[in-house]
Amino acid sequence: MITVNHYVLLSAALFAIGIYGVVARRNAVGVLMCVELMLNAVNINMIAFARYVTPARVTGQVFAVFIITVAAAEVAIGLALVINLYRNMNKINVDEVNLMKW
Amino acid sequence: MNGFWEQFTFYALAVLVLGSALMVVTLRNIVHCAFFLIMAFLGVAGLFVLLYAEFIAGVQVLIYVGAITVLILFAIMLTQKVLGVRLKQNNTLSPLGVVAGVSFFALVGAITFGSAGNLFGVHGEPTIAPRITTIAESLLGNGSYVLPFEIASLLLLVAMVGAIVIAREKDQ
Repeated sequence: MITVNHYVLLSAALFAIGIYGVVARRNAVGVLMCVELMLNAVNINMIAFARYVTPARVTGQVFAVFIITVAAAEVAIGLALVINLYRNMNKINVDEVNLMKW
Repeated sequence: MNGFWEQFTFYALAVLVLGSALMVVTLRNIVHCAFFLIMAFLGVAGLFVLLYAEFIAGVQVLIYVGAITVLILFAIMLTQKVLGVRLKQNNTLSPLGVVAGVSFFALVGAITFGSAGNLFGVHGEPTIAPRITTIAESLLGNGSYVLPFEIASLLLLVAMVGAIVIAREKDQ
């Protein structure tokens, strides 16, 4: 039988893959894609808790709606920044963009 | 739902999601990564259906698969000189990334199994199947999340204006 623990472990695995991607990717768009993966992992957790812990009042689903909203705003701003970066510096690899590093 | 088919669907979707996610973080061609990202989002939508959250599954398909992935593909095509170019995609920190991911997963697994499977005080099948009206009631009903809902719309407006201002060409 599938319990809430299965979903917790699945979303932890997805989140771990996202962490690896955020740390290891060079392309800024790839980093944003991995952030989306991590947000999806959080959403799986929210929906699973809404199903198994509070089935009468689906608070987890409400929170998932807000997470999706914020994710849409985040990816729009992030991609605008990436496009602006490409226009100004002609590269989007995050390890080469070090103007603000000292 | 029948127990065997629930298990079968769960494990099939889990393999789909995790396999696509691994492809997203390891492939060299960023366009292929974006397509595997679509597969991962669709698998997560299937998991939502399995959890009786049909509304969230529809929102997931519409927003993640329909909007965010298209936006990502646009950004890839606007920022790459040659499509399908095979550059090195991982930086020098990637062993550290493996360590961070594996230790996070081990931590969550230890917490989950350390409490003998009873961490969240729930056992077995939930009895109530939530309906669409339940989520509407929770989101916009009396004394619920109306104010955060309105603030979320304000956030979307601010993000839209900000994205336009940041990405606009400087007019000379």
